[in-house]
Amino acid sequence: MSNVSLDAHDSSEAENQPSNSNRRRFLTVATSVVGGVGVVGAAVPFIASWNPSIKAKAAGADVEADISKIQPGQLIRVIWRSKPVWIARRTPELLASLSNVEDQLKDPNSDEEQQPAFAKNQYRSLKEEYLVLVGICTHLGCSPQHLKDGAFEEYVEGVAEGFFCPCHGSKFDMAGRVFQNVPAGLNLVVPPYMFIDDNTILIGSEEGAA
Amino acid sequence: MWKNLMDWVEYRLPIMRVANMHAIQYPAPRNMNFWYMFGFLATIVLVNQIVTGVWLTMSYTPTAEEAFASVEYIMRDVEYGYLLRYMHSTGASAFFIVVYLHMFRGMIYGSYQKPRELLWLFGMFIYLALMAEAFMGYVLPWGQMSYWGAQVIVSLFSAIPVIGPDLVIWIQGDYVISGATLNRFFALHVIALPLVIVILVFLHIVALHEVGSNNPDGTDVKRKKGSLKEDEKTTFKIHEYYTDKYDIVDDIVPFFPHIVLKDLVGFAFFLLAFCYIMFFNPEMGGYFLEHPNFEIANPLKTPEHIFPVWYFTPFYAILKAVPHKLGGVIAMFAAIIFLALLPWLDRGKVKSWRYRCGLHRWNLLIFAAVFVFLGYLGGTPQEAWKIIASQIATIMYFGFFVLLFIYSKNERTIPVPARITE
Repeated sequence: MSNVSLDAHDSSEAENQPSNSNRRRFLTVATSVVGGVGVVGAAVPFIASWNPSIKAKAAGADVEADISKIQPGQLIRVIWRSKPVWIARRTPELLASLSNVEDQLKDPNSDEEQQPAFAKNQYRSLKEEYLVLVGICTHLGCSPQHLKDGAFEEYVEGVAEGFFCPCHGSKFDMAGRVFQNVPAGLNLVVPPYMFIDDNTILIGSEEGAA
Repeated sequence: MWKNLMDWVEYRLPIMRVANMHAIQYPAPRNMNFWYMFGFLATIVLVNQIVTGVWLTMSYTPTAEEAFASVEYIMRDVEYGYLLRYMHSTGASAFFIVVYLHMFRGMIYGSYQKPRELLWLFGMFIYLALMAEAFMGYVLPWGQMSYWGAQVIVSLFSAIPVIGPDLVIWIQGDYVISGATLNRFFALHVIALPLVIVILVFLHIVALHEVGSNNPDGTDVKRKKGSLKEDEKTTFKIHEYYTDKYDIVDDIVPFFPHIVLKDLVGFAFFLLAFCYIMFFNPEMGGYFLEHPNFEIANPLKTPEHIFPVWYFTPFYAILKAVPHKLGGVIAMFAAIIFLALLPWLDRGKVKSWRYRCGLHRWNLLIFAAVFVFLGYLGGTPQEAWKIIASQIATIMYFGFFVLLFIYSKNERTIPVPARITE
């Protein structure tokens, strides 16, 4: 046996010297490439296992809300990713009054990224009428109260409706914009959302993105 | 009998050869001063962290529901659990104290310069791994600062263009910091990163022993083979590995016992301070263990002020000094990268600050002061003047490297003595 292999080795060295080194280089490269593909393939489960599990995805799934029954001036609450989300239907008078308070706000133009790009406007919403906000104070995470029909005047003169945080007295207007001289520094967060149809809002995704 | 057994083992495993090469007959410059004990101390703290860490995992539960309670259980119900935890938490801060001093030693004596560039780089990798290790460890008790600190640090990645938001979800394993995040940080903290750190420390020491230890004079104690007269060579028994390649100047002592004994004296003082903190002041006034962390993590309630632990605050101050999210993150990482590039930013040929220009000495001292000041700014509540101050301090931090790069090219230095002076 050993003679056979020795002969084979000798003959190949004698006859195929030049092509041998080419073949060796090819085999080295080919083996490395195939091995590299194998390494990349083997990395997939390790990297992918860091993605949210099915359980986490289910808990964080988008939430649909029926808005057909919300009357003008009314606010409903839904839960999304364990956080309260407010959906308020604003009256035309209220929308018209939003610009009255802008000189009393910290960030009237929503320059801080507390909202998706589509809501960087005076109304901080997709459709002017419907306001969608994460109902958690940007100060220390309490949930502010919705005060309307003049109840908010107690806190801000001349403003009939707004959000007031009972914990530390932060105040927000009906676009979720924070007033000056309160502990909270940022406007209320607008979550990503989209209208599936005129009666349904999907909270968690925005149009165009995934 | 004993001799035979040792020979039998040595023939199969080079225990004595390695011990001789790397300790008993390793040539160490005789003028190594107290600045040279921090590497030794860092090794001891590393062992402390591993041993106490293993013991802590025996009683700790890495889930969002149980983690906080299991730490309370360790503190109250496990025998000596409080001590094991305080050894570990005090050890974490001690680790950074000795590592910062170790790095500053390298800076003042030019220990990063040729041929020790790779040694310095391995050190920087250890420092990076250590920061990741400490950050993830701080999340494990699942207190308020654990949670919100993780929130702040992880959301830094959201500043990366395009992939940022998805990257954050991938790191968290959820849409928010959650039990999934805690569990993976636990895995990384107790297995992956310690393994990486131990391997890097091994490489750090191997690289050190290959090029040899620097010293406060920056004078090379290894000379070209055959360049020294017999009476200039050391009379100590030095391992052939070194004497075969070089002539060793009579300015060295064997690492063991001379340097080890010196380090042990330093270790005694270190232990005094360590034990004082561990027994009498383990929270260190809220700097080693922050007070909000005695409250369980609550995703709906943000603490009034969020600070990282003291050892991160200089970089946190740099992050906050830049009025742009991505810019701040870049500045923060650049602060560490500039340190890592020190061997190439310093174009000087003279190592020790003893023989370099006065500007260099001032530059180093001001840099150290600025680093401490940044730490103060990043670790105390925000005030208007601090924004300006941290911007100035950030510019001064980077100014150190820029100045060094400029003046080190044609620096007026003092002649370095051929032999160690003291």
